[in-house]
Amino acid sequence: MASDNGLERRSFLKGAAVGGAAATTALGGTTALAQNTAAPAAAPAAAAAAAGAAGGPGYQYLKPDEAAFVEALVDTMIPADELSPKGTDVGINIFIDRALADGWGKGDRLYMQGPWKPGHPNQGYQLALTPAQLWRAGIEATNAHCVKTLGKAFDQLTTAQRNQVLTDLDAGRVTFDSGLPARVFWGMVYQNVMEGMFADPIYGGNQDKAGWKLVGFPGVIQNNRNNVVAYRNKRYEADPVSISDMS
Amino acid sequence: MARKLPETDVVIVGMGWTGGILAKELAEAGMKVVVLERGAMRRPEEDFQVPRIRDELRFGSRTDLMMNTAQDTLTVRNTPDQEALPMRRLGSFLPGEGVGGAGSHWNGVNWRWGDMELQIRTKYEEKYGKAFVPEEMTIQDWGVTYAELEPYYDKFEKIAGVSGKAGNLRGRRIDGGNIFEDARANEFPLPPLEDPLSGVLFAEAARKLGYNPHPRPSANASRAYTNPDGSRLGACQYCGFCERFGCESNAKGTPNVTVIPIALRNPNVTLRTHSWVTTVNKDSDGRKATGVTYTNLLNGEELEQPAGMVILAAYGLNNAALMMWSGIGEIYNPSTGQGLIGKNYCYQTGTSAQLFFEDKFFNPFMATGSWGQNIDNFNTNWEFDRRPHNYVGGSTIAAGGSNGRPIEYRPLPAGTPRWGTEWKRATRKWYQGAMAIGASGSVMPNRANFLDLDPTYRNVFGQPLMRMTFEYKPNEIRMTEHIAGVINSIAETMGAASVNRAGPRRSWTVVPYQSTHNTGGTIMGRTPRESVVNKYLQSWQLHNLFVLGAGVFPHNAAYNPTGPVGALAYWAADAIKNQYARAPGPLVQA
Repeated sequence: MASDNGLERRSFLKGAAVGGAAATTALGGTTALAQNTAAPAAAPAAAAAAAGAAGGPGYQYLKPDEAAFVEALVDTMIPADELSPKGTDVGINIFIDRALADGWGKGDRLYMQGPWKPGHPNQGYQLALTPAQLWRAGIEATNAHCVKTLGKAFDQLTTAQRNQVLTDLDAGRVTFDSGLPARVFWGMVYQNVMEGMFADPIYGGNQDKAGWKLVGFPGVIQNNRNNVVAYRNKRYEADPVSISDMS
Repeated sequence: MARKLPETDVVIVGMGWTGGILAKELAEAGMKVVVLERGAMRRPEEDFQVPRIRDELRFGSRTDLMMNTAQDTLTVRNTPDQEALPMRRLGSFLPGEGVGGAGSHWNGVNWRWGDMELQIRTKYEEKYGKAFVPEEMTIQDWGVTYAELEPYYDKFEKIAGVSGKAGNLRGRRIDGGNIFEDARANEFPLPPLEDPLSGVLFAEAARKLGYNPHPRPSANASRAYTNPDGSRLGACQYCGFCERFGCESNAKGTPNVTVIPIALRNPNVTLRTHSWVTTVNKDSDGRKATGVTYTNLLNGEELEQPAGMVILAAYGLNNAALMMWSGIGEIYNPSTGQGLIGKNYCYQTGTSAQLFFEDKFFNPFMATGSWGQNIDNFNTNWEFDRRPHNYVGGSTIAAGGSNGRPIEYRPLPAGTPRWGTEWKRATRKWYQGAMAIGASGSVMPNRANFLDLDPTYRNVFGQPLMRMTFEYKPNEIRMTEHIAGVINSIAETMGAASVNRAGPRRSWTVVPYQSTHNTGGTIMGRTPRESVVNKYLQSWQLHNLFVLGAGVFPHNAAYNPTGPVGALAYWAADAIKNQYARAPGPLVQA
């Protein structure tokens, strides 16, 4: 739809569409992530095929069983349909892996001094675990729960069974034998999956801006001054622009 | 042992709105000013540029511009009989860090608090009788009046470039503005921003019900503007990246684009970033502050900065912590009611309804931090009779969403699946079709809500964390019950396909984000028996110590705090320049 940056936006998209090379250059090689996400950004289908051939997209943090869990998780929560590709094709598994491998996963900005106490939910996060450690412990506990109740690890379950496990987690009906609070793990899982769907593609998820296209979020270019009245009660649509499109 | 530096006239702790205002004003009056800021430098032309600043994950979810809780945080609990535990990452509120402080990333809602707040005890007792105020509710008059502050509100509105419409110009009530506001001498410096669809619909419904909608005053410039200091603000682009972000267009009135660069051009001002103040020092007979001790985080060296005057201009909570760590005054004890540092800590309350329309397009990403329409019929409207509802205080009710950033903003009707194809379909549909009506409510002080020092947990310098004890009390719960009913009754008239109804807020939790409006702990008042600082924000105990920020508010109003924070900073600066500098000593006799 027409906007005062229509031209700029089209030229950015053209640049991005050239493919992985353009995107990689745009990211400036500032992180290892840039190399790994450039290909899926340009062509998710091709990337998925390549990943299959090469044995996977290359995980920094997740171990093989954990990667299988995360891939099954994100494909269950974000299935392929007319609204978006499936979670692994959107890169949400890669987003989670990179988030856990980087400073945030290691507990950046997290107060990590004891003593550790369970506390009241009103007191917020109180575990002695970094996000990366919480995911590791939570995957193990969820798989143990699945084996105990359904006889198989999460990624081996049918889609209906996986959905049931997630529904039970969401409703607070799961207790882990290890003592890890399922509520806390699930809260982080849900938050990270949504971040992987909707954060800027520079972090590895939201590939091809699938999350932004789903809702119609225009991304980082937002000069709405001339549109705020013109589009009052009219749907405004624009091809979304990400950080690397502008860099 | 700390290395002692040469003495300066004034040392200021913290370089946000209040530190920036005081540095500029006092340096222009000829004083030598050293400002110590524990965070990093922030320049809009470098730090707030597109596309980097529009990274929702980094700045929205991971709070990159905020206080780093790995280094310093608080412990929290609801009641004094609980064990407090550390706020291990930010959630409920987001104190700033770095040059500009929380002033870099505020939403820009800018109100004037009138005599209903500044003379709260007098006014409630006059109208409702002494028995109406519960015994455990420790409200008090502030010691300053609206008439005294009016020119300073005016000044701050002009500096920050506030857009709005007057509703009471020198006593003349003007329909379309807030007719309940205390009289202002001048119109707002800028006309109101455009209205979002949500504001238009809400105002229409409110007017039909006999309420008085008006534009929400906003420090987001409705057009390009040059303030009286010559600072130039751009026009707001409605980009939807205000709160938690820096403004790429320099349209948001922040200290980074106004007072701070002016102060830094003045040769009388020295700013030292990465300078973490640990103690305010005082002389042996405890009558004057002698300066501060801090650590240079760039090399770990501890330094002493002697000064003729000390000004605490950190985030309000941190000013209170510094006074506790420095042994200035007595820490409040809830069982005896003795002690004033940490007393009358208040937070914010509120409630909201979400409305879902089949036939409307809200484009939620076209937004700014403060806009839309507000009603004050249950807030500054003094004619609103609190008696049948049995509470002290009030609530604003407004519509006008601040953003459509999709990690944070994905409204869904209650009962919608939380993932899968149905979730996607609903997320897509209601992203365009939803709006909210929200209330921001006052919180009155209570004997059992306070700040003190934690016995167990410590910050990176080994100092005890401040401990926050806070819970919503019956007064606040009754208020949100009443206001939820008002919101729902407005929502019902608006023709929405469905409504997630508003309900009362009963218990305070440290997650998720609610509001960065923390007040009290270093309160102002009329006498040293009831307050830490006098009406000029001067310590009763150490006459060359001044404490700024919302920590001096003896209670929290429905209104956002930045208006009086800015006005009181200019008011205190004038008192220092015009009175204290000439005759150092107490400005109010105890």
